[in-house]
Amino acid sequence: MTTTASRSTIFRRPTATKGFWSWITTVDHKKIGVMYGYTAFAFLLIGGLEALLLRLQLAGPEGQFLSQAEYNAMFTMHGTTMVFLVIMPMSAAFMNYLLPLMIGARDVAFPRLNALSYWIFLFGGLFLYSTFIFGTTGAPAGGFLAEEVSRLGSAPNAGWFGYAPNTEPQFSVGTVLDYWAIGLQILGLASLLSSINLITTIFNLRAKGMRLLRMPVFVWMSLVVNFLLAFSLPIIAVALWMITFDRQFGSQFFQAANGGDPILWQHLFWLFGHPEVYILILPAMGIVSEVLPVFSRKPLFGYAAVVFAGAAIGFLGFGVWAHHMFSSGISTVAQAAFGLSTMTIAIPTGIKIFNWLGTMWMGRLRFTTPMLFSIGFVAMFTIGGLSGVTHSVVPADWQQTDTYYIVAHFHYVLFGGAIFGIFSGLYYWFPKLTGRMYSERLGKWHFWLMFLGFNLTFAPMHWLGLQGMVRRTWQYASDTNLGPWNMVVTIGAFIIAASILLFMWNWVVSKRRGAEAGIDPWDARTLEWTIPSPPPEYNFAEIPTVTALDDFWHKKYSEDEEERPVRRDTADLLVEELEHTGNNPGKPIHLPGPSYFPIAVGLSLPVVGYGIIYHGEVWGVALLAVGVLATITSFVGWAQEPAEEPGEEESPGEEH
Amino acid sequence: MADLAHDLGHHDEHESLGVDNRKLAMWVFLASEFMFFGALISTYLLFKGKEGMAGPLPRELYDIPFTSVSSFVLLMSSLTMVLAHNALTRKDQPATRSWLLATALLGMVFIAGQFFEFATFIEEGMTMRTNAAASGFYLLTGFHGTHVLIGIIMLLSLFGISRRQGSLSGGQGLNLELVGLYWHFVDIIWIVIFTVVYLIP
Amino acid sequence: MSPAGPIAEKIDGLWWLVFWIAAVIFVLVQGAILIIAFVFRDKDGRKEPKQIHGNNKLEVLWTAIPALILAGIAVPTVQTLFELTNRPDSALTIEVIGHQWWFEYVYPDQGINTANTLVIPAGQPVELIMTSEDVLHNFWVPQLAGKRYLVTGQETYLNLEADEPGEYWGQCAEFCGLSHALMRARVVALDEAGFEQWVTDQQQPAVEPAAGSLADQGKEVYLNAGCTRCHVIEGVWEDVARQPPAPDLTHVASRSMFAGASFEFNEANLRTWLANPSSMKDGSLMPNLALNDEEITALIAYLETLK
Repeated sequence: MTTTASRSTIFRRPTATKGFWSWITTVDHKKIGVMYGYTAFAFLLIGGLEALLLRLQLAGPEGQFLSQAEYNAMFTMHGTTMVFLVIMPMSAAFMNYLLPLMIGARDVAFPRLNALSYWIFLFGGLFLYSTFIFGTTGAPAGGFLAEEVSRLGSAPNAGWFGYAPNTEPQFSVGTVLDYWAIGLQILGLASLLSSINLITTIFNLRAKGMRLLRMPVFVWMSLVVNFLLAFSLPIIAVALWMITFDRQFGSQFFQAANGGDPILWQHLFWLFGHPEVYILILPAMGIVSEVLPVFSRKPLFGYAAVVFAGAAIGFLGFGVWAHHMFSSGISTVAQAAFGLSTMTIAIPTGIKIFNWLGTMWMGRLRFTTPMLFSIGFVAMFTIGGLSGVTHSVVPADWQQTDTYYIVAHFHYVLFGGAIFGIFSGLYYWFPKLTGRMYSERLGKWHFWLMFLGFNLTFAPMHWLGLQGMVRRTWQYASDTNLGPWNMVVTIGAFIIAASILLFMWNWVVSKRRGAEAGIDPWDARTLEWTIPSPPPEYNFAEIPTVTALDDFWHKKYSEDEEERPVRRDTADLLVEELEHTGNNPGKPIHLPGPSYFPIAVGLSLPVVGYGIIYHGEVWGVALLAVGVLATITSFVGWAQEPAEEPGEEESPGEEH
Repeated sequence: MADLAHDLGHHDEHESLGVDNRKLAMWVFLASEFMFFGALISTYLLFKGKEGMAGPLPRELYDIPFTSVSSFVLLMSSLTMVLAHNALTRKDQPATRSWLLATALLGMVFIAGQFFEFATFIEEGMTMRTNAAASGFYLLTGFHGTHVLIGIIMLLSLFGISRRQGSLSGGQGLNLELVGLYWHFVDIIWIVIFTVVYLIP
Repeated sequence: MSPAGPIAEKIDGLWWLVFWIAAVIFVLVQGAILIIAFVFRDKDGRKEPKQIHGNNKLEVLWTAIPALILAGIAVPTVQTLFELTNRPDSALTIEVIGHQWWFEYVYPDQGINTANTLVIPAGQPVELIMTSEDVLHNFWVPQLAGKRYLVTGQETYLNLEADEPGEYWGQCAEFCGLSHALMRARVVALDEAGFEQWVTDQQQPAVEPAAGSLADQGKEVYLNAGCTRCHVIEGVWEDVARQPPAPDLTHVASRSMFAGASFEFNEANLRTWLANPSSMKDGSLMPNLALNDEEITALIAYLETLK
């Protein structure tokens, strides 16, 4: 039984707890996590479609499926979408849904701020994609187009990394690059706010006894990720402001003629960009660290080592950025230094891999779908990691950089790594989220088909790159002999697509008709498995007290002289009790009330964005003014709105 | 913005760093702001000594005495901010209000000084478009000024709330601390900017 | 990757060293995964596993061993890096200037200006001094060297050397706009005598067409249709505005490719190009000069004489 607030300030406080409006005004971390997840998945389908279009163009030499303009837009949007609109928000989905559950809290530290992050993400992503409707582009100043650029080609087209001076207004005419720069600026804000929220949550909202070194590894990795976000996002914010000012107001940051430096963009971008890739992978590593122990029926091998290795990776990640710039003309000494620092990062990464192997060694392995994906992660990420080490060999990188060899590397770590980890998590926590089990048969088909398609797609790229196939290239000549392997790659991409359809089918059908899951279908170790599936709004009927790492497991199992687990007599009763009391708390639980203000601010920011792009027009200035005003007003209203009804704080018997 | 644990959690019943949620959040935010200004300052430093740029350069146009005075004004505003906090601790509400207002006013004097300085530079032919060093200068000091403005708005809001409610109590007292942290940060950044951009050749 | 010069060979050697080390680690890790999956899979009657939490000795071991392996790789890496970036004394200096979407080659000591095909002497070190006049480009001929950016407003350096005479292919490797895919690099290495002859030939002004011939008419088209705004032909027209910059055509027929080394220099391609450049290279900075068929025929005849 929960109570929600209803007092108003600017307008009446929302009260909906079910239905459409309850989602619009929710501040519940679980609902927010679910929204992040579905939105990110939708962008996965779009980004995947963009990839398929690219592969159709590159299936054979001298392809004409896409025009040059369309191709450049597609590879730019594919990268931008996958990084900023898929993997980051998917990780946010997991962090939002799970962190309070794993640390024994009812919600995050700032629930409305949490909702705000989601709405900024959604509307920021839509703003970026509105380029296909409103964006304009063309030949560089002085150039001539063969034909007008189609709608498909009217999207950001300077790569996901937007190197200057190509992004300067004289080379990127029209508005598509503004959609890119301003869109990313908006999206970055969402993650920055979220990072502040989650750091505070992890540090301050842990249940009694949940000391830092008793937290699940997923929580630790989330903590590192959020610090990385907080420290790296401001840097790209500065870079994006600079290119926006260069484009809109004529500043000279990257214009070489007036003292600007194109290489400055690269430094700023990669100072963000490299921590960003650890932001992309660490949550998945956290998921794997949760899944492997459960399906090996053994604790994570080397918990402290895995935690510290994750922190080390995060920290060292700030010291390697120029390894993306070995060919850009930086000094020899700088290249040597960054080559060495990059090699150093391989060490904590290796530590994690060995500890995961150690977890499975001598375990009792159950090959459920989440386990398959987690093992797949370890195998595929190793390949990506090894090719990464070959990049750190600077002279070799002069051959590898800007070729398909690099494309192979990062897809092995981001797809074979992050995406596999995400699928592992989606299957693992599906029962918790929905209360039902997915189809194991379909899940296994998904895994093996995706594993096959993935390797067919990306393994040949190592070879193609070393043969001379350059990145971001619309076409390759027929006398280069790159055709056959490119065809294999394209076929692999379509196999991946088929496997994703399988996943979607499994999800939809199992949600409706899957077998009932109960609270602990996997016989797991962490706190989220001690509450009903799906969890009630308040999460825990009573906030637990924790006495050890993997506290729940120890409540179910003791150990014999050989250190083998023995199920306690009380275990089944415990689980039953948890299910019962979980759904029947017995006293009123007080939760933060829903609010309109997060979505209000979320909607206002893109209006400001449009205003900046079109500030040359009268109506553009009007948009700018309206957007700024709406943002400020929403914040004022927000500041005056209490987190929940003040009177109710004094109600008797209230759970604190 | 009130937060969940503050209202719903007894501090002795859960693990925590011991720092209030909103204060911790402010510290993390300021850490990220540190990186933000770090990037801006580094950029300016890159262009500061660069040869071969056309047009008046920032370093040719600086009026160090003038900027020293406005820097001093901003520094004094940090003092008045501390005094405001002290007054609140003593529960002296009228004094709190006075010092808050003083801080805001000193901040406004600083901003006025910035506007005057920019206007002079523009008159002498240096705009954001003139060269990269000018772009770097304006972006850095412009963002700093924006942060000061936002601080002034927050100070005046606290002043207004105190006037309306008669006192700053409970959660609002924490807000004054948070605004104080923010204000001191903005001041420290200015000290760095003044030293690195204006003073050091 | 079939290296064809000492620089590429050194890189190749380093690459294979690292590759084999990585391959061994690959086999070990993937092998471990397969063994683990097979040996420890859940079977009926299998006991619950011992709840081992870790092993400090192993942690130290698998931290130290990778560190040593990496140190072992680091030494030749840094050595090779410094070796290959050393600017050689006896090198031939060539300036490379990047444009959207072609490479311009200037031989300052020989007074030659060409484009698209880079001619070098075989067996001699070449030093490229590179810059860009618009956006970032990246010069890469994989068989001869690693790649290096061409940066607007800055100079970058790349050492290049081919062991034997031959033709070597490459491409611009940094995304540089619409027709990035059609910006290619072609290097022709000639033996010593051949190179000297080439230099002498390139230093001559343009071949004068026979009076009244079709080629002569083509020369008139060149002079009057607008080409002279951008294209130099030594001895015919040199006062060029370079807006935008365009390849020097004095010896254009001595190069077998044109338009960013993406198209063969033959009648059919030239006809399509001269009729409408952006139809072959979208975004091209060469305008459509609205030449009629006769003008194009004459112009092609003239260009073909410019060996």
